[in-house]
Amino acid sequence: MVRLRIGYPEDPDYGERLQEFEARIARGEKIEPGDWMPAEYRRQLVRMISQHAHSEWVGMLPEGAWIPRAPSLRRKLILLAKVQDEAGHGQYLYHAAETLGVTREEMVAALLEGRAKYSNIFNYPTLTWADVGIIGWLVDGMAIKNQTMLAQCSYGPYSRAMVRICAEETFHHKQGKEAVLLYAKGSPKQRRMVQDALNRWWWPTLMMAGPHDSDSPHTPLLLRWGIKTKTNDQIRQEFLNEHVPELLEAGLVPPDPQLRYDEKTGNWVHGPIPWDEFWKVISGEGPMNRHRLEARRKAHEEGRWVREALEAYGRRQLAQAAD
Amino acid sequence: MNLDPYLKEALLARLTALADDEVVLAQRLSEWVGHAPILEEDIAIANLAQDELGHAKMWLELRGELDGSDPDRLVFLRDPLEYQNAVLVELPKGDWAFTMVRQYLFDAYEEMWLKEAQKSAYAPLAEAAARAHREERFHLKHSALWVERLAQGTEESHRRAQEALETLFPYARQLFQPLPGEEALVEAGLVPEPKALEGAYLEAVGGFLRRVGLRPPEGGYVPKSRQEHTEYLWSLLAEMQSVARWDPEAKAW
Repeated sequence: MVRLRIGYPEDPDYGERLQEFEARIARGEKIEPGDWMPAEYRRQLVRMISQHAHSEWVGMLPEGAWIPRAPSLRRKLILLAKVQDEAGHGQYLYHAAETLGVTREEMVAALLEGRAKYSNIFNYPTLTWADVGIIGWLVDGMAIKNQTMLAQCSYGPYSRAMVRICAEETFHHKQGKEAVLLYAKGSPKQRRMVQDALNRWWWPTLMMAGPHDSDSPHTPLLLRWGIKTKTNDQIRQEFLNEHVPELLEAGLVPPDPQLRYDEKTGNWVHGPIPWDEFWKVISGEGPMNRHRLEARRKAHEEGRWVREALEAYGRRQLAQAAD
Repeated sequence: MNLDPYLKEALLARLTALADDEVVLAQRLSEWVGHAPILEEDIAIANLAQDELGHAKMWLELRGELDGSDPDRLVFLRDPLEYQNAVLVELPKGDWAFTMVRQYLFDAYEEMWLKEAQKSAYAPLAEAAARAHREERFHLKHSALWVERLAQGTEESHRRAQEALETLFPYARQLFQPLPGEEALVEAGLVPEPKALEGAYLEAVGGFLRRVGLRPPEGGYVPKSRQEHTEYLWSLLAEMQSVARWDPEAKAW
């Protein structure tokens, strides 16, 4: 593993080094694992990248539940490939976080013990097959807005992971949209199912971009250090401007009576977001929080003997090679 | 190639059996996705399920060329009693040892069958077998390595692998039972001879298992035809077909 060079505000040369560091970021240079970085930069990145990795790992559950029920060979193959990609994204991201001197085991332990967060969106249940389409189109659509921004991130390993992830997410988005548009023009039951899914996922999707800028204390520092290059409200606006016209065109109606187009700014403007619910869900009081963590813990516990066997086998192979 | 009606009927039955094994096994594999013991195996098992399902699609498309049937209708709207899969693949997923021992037993069979089937006098079958065989070699490597690691890992993993083998081994032998009318297919050089493959299989698989320290059991119940199933098939298919059957008016999914 690369030796980390971390600066603390009490270090004698901190001010000088911080200036160099910020100048590099301002020039658009990437910060790489062995480079000097402020402790707070590292802490924010570990928090964000590990949360992101956990989101992929937990995010396999709501969609994975529908692999066995996918209604055609093509949809089943697509969904398998998509959930497989999510596992792959989790893997790149855990590796990206490892470059900051934290192990996958530590990150997994933090998740399973309830000390780490993952994207709030996965604390909602997938009730019908249409949810899979809506998640692909809207939830992944919002994720892509965020991830395209993170591909510009100042930390090299995170930025490069994002470039790969975005390429695959584009396919997730496309397949979701294609399914939703098909069902929106389908049988009466299909149309009802897809509108119902939109009703349930709309607000949680808008909340995915995070609190309003005025309630997001980390944002200014994250912007200055190039960890983020856009604010939460900017991301949300980009999402709305792309997706609202397409939803309306398909005959689907977002469940927001105040949603309107603003001629002056060219933006779609949403009504009040139910933030009380957001804060409740994020603090553990959502419909699926317990179930998601329990599923992760159960897989972890049931896999323990397998991981022990792998290690024992590995040790034996090494010992034999040494003989 | 012009097939007489008798050969065509027998070939349809073989293609259906091949596809049904893959569909049902893919269903059991997909139950693991998101719940594997390590993240890398979530990736691997999703990949296996895609490959098996891809093979099923390929066999059903060959069937469709012969009788005009629609692969999706066959998979998602056919009754459980018409499924022709072997019992081996329908048993519940069990623990990781059960899943990997089953996968090994199936992969070793499929790899051999596909290798021989590349010589089929029916060109579409020979070509399909060649395509699938490339993937199946990787599957076999993956599952054989898991069986070895579990057999030689800890006492617990060895015990679990041996227990899985006791349950599963007799069912693997069902894979080699000829289907009704299959002698004629073999005679015409269209498909491999199941009983000849069985001898080679028992030798290769038995040898590997003993080398890694497992004991293939003697005896055990071997289902006599592909009409035989366990109580597990109905609920597996009920879940798999639930969305497709939910809306009879839906024209497309």
